[in-house]
Amino acid sequence: MQEALQFTPQVVASSIAKILWLIPAVPMVAAGVIALMKQPRRKAAAGLAIGSLAFSLLVALAAFGHVLAGWMGGHAVRETVNFTWLQFGSSNVDLGWVLDPLSAVMMVMVTFVGLLIFIYSTGYMAHDENFTRFFCFLSLFAGAMLGVVIANSLLLLFMCWELVGLTSYLLIGFWYQKPSAAAAAKKAFLTTRVGDIFFLLGIVWLFAQTGTLLFYNKGAGSMEPLALGGLLAAPAALGLSAATAIALLIFAGAAGKSGQLPLHVWLPDAMEGPTPVSALIHAATMVAAGVYLVARVYPLMQAGMPMGGTTTALTVVTWVGASTAVFAALIAVAQNDIKRILAYSTVSQLGYMMAGLGLGGVAVGMFHLITHAFFKALLFMGAGSVIHGCHEEQDIRHMGGLWKKMPVTFATYAAGMMALAGLIPFAGFWSKDAILESAQGWKSSQGPFFLLIFGALLTAFYMTRQVSYVFFGAYRGHGDAHESPRVMTTPLWILALFAATLGLLGTPAWPWFRSFLTDRPASFELAGFSEPGILALMLTSTGVVVIGLIFGWWLYGNKSPQAKEPDVLAKAMPPVWRALRDRLYVDEIYGATVIAFYAWFARVADWLDRRVWGGLVAGVTGLFGLWARFNRFLDTYWVDGAFDKGCEELSAGGGLVARIQSGRVQTYLRLLALAVVVLAAILIWSSRA
Amino acid sequence: MTPLAGYLLVAALVFAIGLAGALTRRNAILVLIGIELMLNAANLNLIAFWRYGPHPEALTGVMFAVFSIAVAAAEAAVGLGLVISIYRHARTTDLDKMNRMKG
Repeated sequence: MQEALQFTPQVVASSIAKILWLIPAVPMVAAGVIALMKQPRRKAAAGLAIGSLAFSLLVALAAFGHVLAGWMGGHAVRETVNFTWLQFGSSNVDLGWVLDPLSAVMMVMVTFVGLLIFIYSTGYMAHDENFTRFFCFLSLFAGAMLGVVIANSLLLLFMCWELVGLTSYLLIGFWYQKPSAAAAAKKAFLTTRVGDIFFLLGIVWLFAQTGTLLFYNKGAGSMEPLALGGLLAAPAALGLSAATAIALLIFAGAAGKSGQLPLHVWLPDAMEGPTPVSALIHAATMVAAGVYLVARVYPLMQAGMPMGGTTTALTVVTWVGASTAVFAALIAVAQNDIKRILAYSTVSQLGYMMAGLGLGGVAVGMFHLITHAFFKALLFMGAGSVIHGCHEEQDIRHMGGLWKKMPVTFATYAAGMMALAGLIPFAGFWSKDAILESAQGWKSSQGPFFLLIFGALLTAFYMTRQVSYVFFGAYRGHGDAHESPRVMTTPLWILALFAATLGLLGTPAWPWFRSFLTDRPASFELAGFSEPGILALMLTSTGVVVIGLIFGWWLYGNKSPQAKEPDVLAKAMPPVWRALRDRLYVDEIYGATVIAFYAWFARVADWLDRRVWGGLVAGVTGLFGLWARFNRFLDTYWVDGAFDKGCEELSAGGGLVARIQSGRVQTYLRLLALAVVVLAAILIWSSRA
Repeated sequence: MTPLAGYLLVAALVFAIGLAGALTRRNAILVLIGIELMLNAANLNLIAFWRYGPHPEALTGVMFAVFSIAVAAAEAAVGLGLVISIYRHARTTDLDKMNRMKG
């Protein structure tokens, strides 16, 4: 470990930091505009989405350049722009955004990979009738994801986090006519919601403890020493400090989003969505949001760490990550759907990232996140190209021999596969090696190290199996496979380039990425390789990967098995194979426990509704009905009767008087005379008296 | 019996005859004649009160009577005209059958 002085932080916000909000805002506005467009306006919708994201990419690059320039000039850039959003009583809720190496790297990755996937989507979705809706959702997703990235407030992050979850739901269920897609969308939404509840609890607790949700605010933010000290001192239950408890709650949210055990079940099902969605959301960016979140609140995770030791929160993160890595890799071995294999591989790699965060810090985990984003997006888009070329076939047993028919897809896919397997010098090798190195140096236990090494072996094995099935042997599909159009292959080339070379930013000899994220100067020293254990570890991991590759090729290479024929491994050890093929029965366990419980609870609630509450309501209804009937009786027989009677009398009286007006002049005259006589009589009589 | 009382008695008698005629007759012309009688009874009263009143030198009573007679003439002309037009319309002068204007 090189010992260098921590840079002095720079707090004044530059002009680029002030316009950072444009990065998420522009795609969001574009999504709003596209939402108002008519379905046939495909070119305009796609152009708007791509243009807005390209704009975001430019701003992100400018921001990245600004951070880079500051870093090269020798000061750590952490510029924040905060503002008060809500004020109640004496406390207020602030929102804001932050520009630091972490967010800068992440936003460039998201906009860049996102842009390539947008372009790819114009080809992949060309025949879909809901093309504009697709781009509306994609744009909304990009905006929300970038909001997560730049957020300087846990609340703003959470809002965008939920928006991201929403767009994920919308896009998984994009082909909602398929019942399986609709179910997968629901499953994804509900499963991540479990984690989000804990996340929200953590947020509320953090706010209650520190009175702020800003990460960095000139010394007053929740991720800065003052607040962290308070959190460490505050006790929670079971001998944990509030800092640990909150960190674990936030991690639960991250685990839900990033598909960590035991909340990983939604991610493989999410592959029901269109393949570009799988590439963008469920491989490169959204699922990485959980990892990014842990990296963002790393000071909290790390709070109270003794020298060279670890904290409870980080230990949990490490073990969850390492077990997820192996667990998902095991399942991936026995899957036959090309996207499902990649999905489990994503879960596994996310486990690596979490383990990397827990073991080696922000830089290690984030490095794997960035490299993984490139090569996993590449793999998914390659898989999309294969699916497209094989007429919507997703079963790898119905493919084969595609390397001749789809040379570009094959070449780029191979690059991605080697990066994922971790073959030197592809990107995955360096980032995975950094994780393994930290695992080896972990003081608490060597368990994670062995888990991760085993995971690396499995990764190499299942990717070899997949590639053998898909690209070698004889073609077993229907129709004739064809190469995809250039709009789809060009992004593949670009991503393949990055998958091959991106790892060079983080070799032991030139750990640029780590230096950049940890605010230290980088230097190039070949001596980095000769540090004790490094070379041996590199040899070990390469050996393991090569074993996996050879083993996979030996079992599956050039065999072109028939679709009906059982897998080689299935013949060798049927019970294990069945368990792995059925995804280790996690879904079934959930079905028998959580879902069964909720179903029972729903039945109880239904019974209560019908019998108890329904009875109460019916009783009250009856009572009011009775009252109303009584009122009606009163109305009919009393009020109406009296009124009617009065009217009748009046009318009868009118009839009586009307008889006088008979039309006979002489009758009138008679009455007149009579009146005069009466009048005269009265006058005479009164004058007498 | 003072001369005034005698005049008033005659006037009252004429009025009563006129009223009885107006009330009992069915023929519109006879009713008109009855009304004329009542009118002239009133004129007789006017003259009598003037002649035996406090200021017989001023011709107020005669004035009244002349006015009244003029109005009565006009009224008789209009009344007879109406009767004739009714007769032309309904072919009768029986007042009991003239009840078409009742409400």
